[in-house]
Amino acid sequence: MEYGLDKRSNALKIFNTTFIIVWLLVACFPFIWTFWGSFKVRADFFSRADWWYAITAFNTLLETGGKFTTDAYSQAWTEGEFWKASRNTVIVTFFVVTISLFLGTLGAYALSRSTRNYAFWILIAALIFRAMPHITLVSGYLFPFFQLQIWGILPTTIVVLVAINQPFTLWLLYSFFKTVPKELDESALIDGCSYFQAFRHIIMPVMWPGVITAGLFSLMLAYNDFTVTALLLNQENHTMVPKIQSYLGTNQHEGNLMWAVSAVVSATAPLFMLVMFFQRQVISGLTAGAVKG
Amino acid sequence: MPNKTFFWFFLPTGLAMILFIGLPIISTGIQSFYAQHDQVVKEVKKCDPFGCTVSIVVDQEKTSKIREEKPLGKFNGFGTYVDRNHLAIEEIGKFWNETNTFGEFVDQVTNLPFYKALIFTLTYCLFVTPNVLLLGFIIALSLNAVTRRIRGPLIFGTILPMIVTPLVGSLVLFWMIDAEGIIGANLQMLMDDPYLSLKSSKTLTWITIIIYGIWHHSPFAFVVFYAALQTVPQEPVEAAIIDGASRWQRVRHIVLPHIYPVVTFVALISLMDNFRVFEPIIGFSAEGSAQSLSWLIYDNLVNEEVILFGSAAATSMMTIVGIAILLAPVLIRTWKEFRTAR
Repeated sequence: MEYGLDKRSNALKIFNTTFIIVWLLVACFPFIWTFWGSFKVRADFFSRADWWYAITAFNTLLETGGKFTTDAYSQAWTEGEFWKASRNTVIVTFFVVTISLFLGTLGAYALSRSTRNYAFWILIAALIFRAMPHITLVSGYLFPFFQLQIWGILPTTIVVLVAINQPFTLWLLYSFFKTVPKELDESALIDGCSYFQAFRHIIMPVMWPGVITAGLFSLMLAYNDFTVTALLLNQENHTMVPKIQSYLGTNQHEGNLMWAVSAVVSATAPLFMLVMFFQRQVISGLTAGAVKG
Repeated sequence: MPNKTFFWFFLPTGLAMILFIGLPIISTGIQSFYAQHDQVVKEVKKCDPFGCTVSIVVDQEKTSKIREEKPLGKFNGFGTYVDRNHLAIEEIGKFWNETNTFGEFVDQVTNLPFYKALIFTLTYCLFVTPNVLLLGFIIALSLNAVTRRIRGPLIFGTILPMIVTPLVGSLVLFWMIDAEGIIGANLQMLMDDPYLSLKSSKTLTWITIIIYGIWHHSPFAFVVFYAALQTVPQEPVEAAIIDGASRWQRVRHIVLPHIYPVVTFVALISLMDNFRVFEPIIGFSAEGSAQSLSWLIYDNLVNEEVILFGSAAATSMMTIVGIAILLAPVLIRTWKEFRTAR
């Protein structure tokens, strides 16, 4: 719209700028505030007397001698065993992403190259599966998993998260595969490749942007999941998000609430960095299904 | 692609979905017809110099034995569906006969756990979904008017609320809004009411959770609308400017019709996501005044004494029915389009 035809009045410009600034404040300030507060003691960040303490660090100065303290972090990571939770998260996330992508690319490629009716119905079924609230699925898992004695361990959770993630991955990769011209693999087939060879050597090399996007979304699902990990893992194997919740439940310790605050910051920071780095892919992924389809 | 090749390519993902999405739904269905065993009781006669008393105690041994033999519980048919914690048919009938005014009747019914949760879930969907669409659209329009060079960081800031998990997002807000946090404390000062707090009022809790929902979901609507705005053709917009259409008229008659399919897509996705609202209730520790259907299931599954599989499964099945009702119009439309396309 930058042709000089569309002149904006000054009032509109001012209104627009104000609106964006206000919205960005609303969107980002809670995170900045939590980050700031995580370096204070509890009496400052959750001050009964005066919220201004969170800025002047009155109690932090009294208790630790400095204006900033990393006590909450060191305690949560050692005593609170957050290191274990983050290790579990890394394991779960890594396997969910690799397995999801492996299954998803194969399935989505087949769907995008099939001209039959059943491909359409499979996509519709995937949409219905996508709509299922995760908690209803979990209520179906628990009983059989107890009986088979596979409850509480990481592999079960990984497989469940991969399955829950498949419908979305399929839709996303399907719309990406559709953009790769059919002639490309057809010519490979004529040259004597099998379907799998065409997929492996011809299609996959040009599909990296789509695979990265799908990988990012699998990663965000596995990393952020609460419902499945909280109910399917035992205490020992908890990942970060259920661990944060467990810090909230036990309020006897003075420090525990601050553990939760520092754990929230520790868990969010890597995610933000990742999204900053891959912003373009995240946005293309969110819009792939909507705009192209 | 030949059927056989398709089969082998699709087998791994199809198997994963059937085993871990299809079967669990069936398993939930079966579980919903069973209820946990009653405890076996026995009479114990206890005699002391002043006489004998008979007391009833739980026979732990027999109870655990019967639980081991039939872990699924006893068959209950539709019993769980109609009990007090679910559809409460009997109670509603009783209320209908006993209450004098309709308002009183509605009051009684909405105090039953299932209906309470249903009403919260629907209220949440009803308020969050349209506001998400509206706010997302406004942000997309106004960011689209900003110089291209600084859009990147602005978009990053905008999508932050969406990428954190709902539990973390609601906690971060809760710590500010709580009576000891920055916003909560200032509100107390502003309203001059030292007892004003989130937990004290049901309406306030609901409003907070709804605001959280809008905050969390708007970025998604924004991203999709923003991408759609890039595809709006320039010629009709320019023609409209020359014809003297106002800014609002351009949005109303050119931009909106162009991105209409995307609006339905976003509405559908956010309706589906809002219907499963659950984590914010834990994050805001709002269990007391706001319960959703998903929260009811969670509560049954983390029950301390014995996990209420049957009750959780019955609520799950009714949630699935709710999702089906939400999805029905879309599915019917797709089916019609598919049939005419052939």
